[in-house]
Amino acid sequence: MKKNSHIALIFNALFLTFMLAPLVVICLVAFTSKGYISLPTDGFSLRWFRAILDNPHFIDAFYLSLMLGFVSATIAVLIAVPASMAFARYKFAGRAAIMAFFLSPLMVPHIVLGVSFLSFLTKIGWYGTFMGLVFTHVIIIMPYALRLVLSSITGLDQSAESAAVSLGASNWVVFRRVTLPMIIPGVAGGWVLSFITSFDEVTMSVFVASPSTTTLPVRMYEHITETIDPLIASLSASLIFITMIVMLILDRFYGLDKILVGKGK
Amino acid sequence: MSQQSDTLTNARPYLLSSPALLLYVGLFMIPLIMTFMLSFYTFDITKGGILPGFSLENYAEVLSDPYFHKIFLRTFVLSILVTVFCVLLGTPEAYILHNMSGRWKSVCMLAILGPLLVSVVVRTLGWAILIGSDGLINNGLMALGIIDSPIKLMFTMTGLVIALVHVLIPFMVLSVWASLQKLDPMVESAGQSLGASSFTVLRKIVLPQIMPGVLSGSLIVFALTASAFATPSILGGRRLKVVATTAYDEYLGTLNWPLGAAIAVLLLLANILIITSYNKFIERKYAQAFK
Repeated sequence: MKKNSHIALIFNALFLTFMLAPLVVICLVAFTSKGYISLPTDGFSLRWFRAILDNPHFIDAFYLSLMLGFVSATIAVLIAVPASMAFARYKFAGRAAIMAFFLSPLMVPHIVLGVSFLSFLTKIGWYGTFMGLVFTHVIIIMPYALRLVLSSITGLDQSAESAAVSLGASNWVVFRRVTLPMIIPGVAGGWVLSFITSFDEVTMSVFVASPSTTTLPVRMYEHITETIDPLIASLSASLIFITMIVMLILDRFYGLDKILVGKGK
Repeated sequence: MSQQSDTLTNARPYLLSSPALLLYVGLFMIPLIMTFMLSFYTFDITKGGILPGFSLENYAEVLSDPYFHKIFLRTFVLSILVTVFCVLLGTPEAYILHNMSGRWKSVCMLAILGPLLVSVVVRTLGWAILIGSDGLINNGLMALGIIDSPIKLMFTMTGLVIALVHVLIPFMVLSVWASLQKLDPMVESAGQSLGASSFTVLRKIVLPQIMPGVLSGSLIVFALTASAFATPSILGGRRLKVVATTAYDEYLGTLNWPLGAAIAVLLLLANILIITSYNKFIERKYAQAFK
């Protein structure tokens, strides 16, 4: 293993500072006791964290985003698993084309999806419904779910499945008792990445969220475009804390790079 | 009997992918086609808003109006700048990470990849707090006596580039890092033992092998910058409009959906054109490497 030079280590330190600075600043500002954005020079105050609880606006949006992420990630995984089985186990006409089609939402800018879903949902009368929001999110997160599930199936040793088949197990039993337990880590990884992607999505959701179905990032975006106050900082700091906990758990079980590699491209 | 089960086996992959296929056709293809058609409609507030029909009016307006030229050009320049900085900073960082080991490596990885899990709205808020005219960078520099009056970063290209590099550089690091994983460390050692300096090893051995990672990382960063919305909207506002914020304003501000749709279609076409031609270029250039 090659060692990094001093210059490399200084570069690394500066890079990490750059990456963490905006997040650290939010967390510091969140503890201010003043009514405006400032560093807590005269002691830490929890005033603005308490203020979040007095804002049902944000609390409702938080629950909506949680529900949305939960339902859409679950639907995405439920349809990604059979599709991945088809891609991993069968050679069929149109296989490459269908797979490219399933990954194609990645090539479409979210702003384009947003305007398209807005006119579509308005047309069919689903604008402002939770289900409408769910299906738009499923389209956005499907490629991520599909990629992680697919890679866990393709890497699988098939001898256990063949053994089960030769012992007379039906297709369904083989899948349920043999395949599924082996791909569960990949499926769970796909679910988590889908959930996070849905929970954080803002560009597309800005278009399809009605006043009664506003997700948390959209509400925060709308708040920030009007005013930047300690309330939004304390809310963001809370999200950063929650994310850090989730991240440490994920890293422990999967390795963060393995999950996030699915995010690129 | 056997023929029947054959048909069933043949149909099985289609059956398995049919839920996803139905969903995609119904909720992805149809909305996109609707937007494509909408872009040919016209908009006249005096005649009640959106009028169905087929006219190239919206495209003519976007393609001929210097106002829109400026917005498309700004978006393009922004994407190039962000991509260049991500390559210049992300590639060495990925290499440094690759050379690290143990606990430090995982801590650094978490610090770099972790922000990807935080909403882009939150990350942009951090930069808004840092770079505002009353922001911490300006107050800090003024307190230290380095500058007399606030530097203008909010609502400027510089501020926007800094924030977008921060938002997108994890993708670059990830992409280069993935290609470094495939690098055989023995080749580096061989170069060194034959008397090459570290710089020569880096330039002649490491760099050519990680080029595919750098290129695919650049593509991701470029495409995501070109269609970025939240960060330019918060840090650039009305003064630094980009394509995405312009489409947003046409849809939710002036309610001229057909014009907004035309802008969206042009953005999509530019995106697809750049991605596919770039992929072709990479494939041709690295055909040997992938064999």
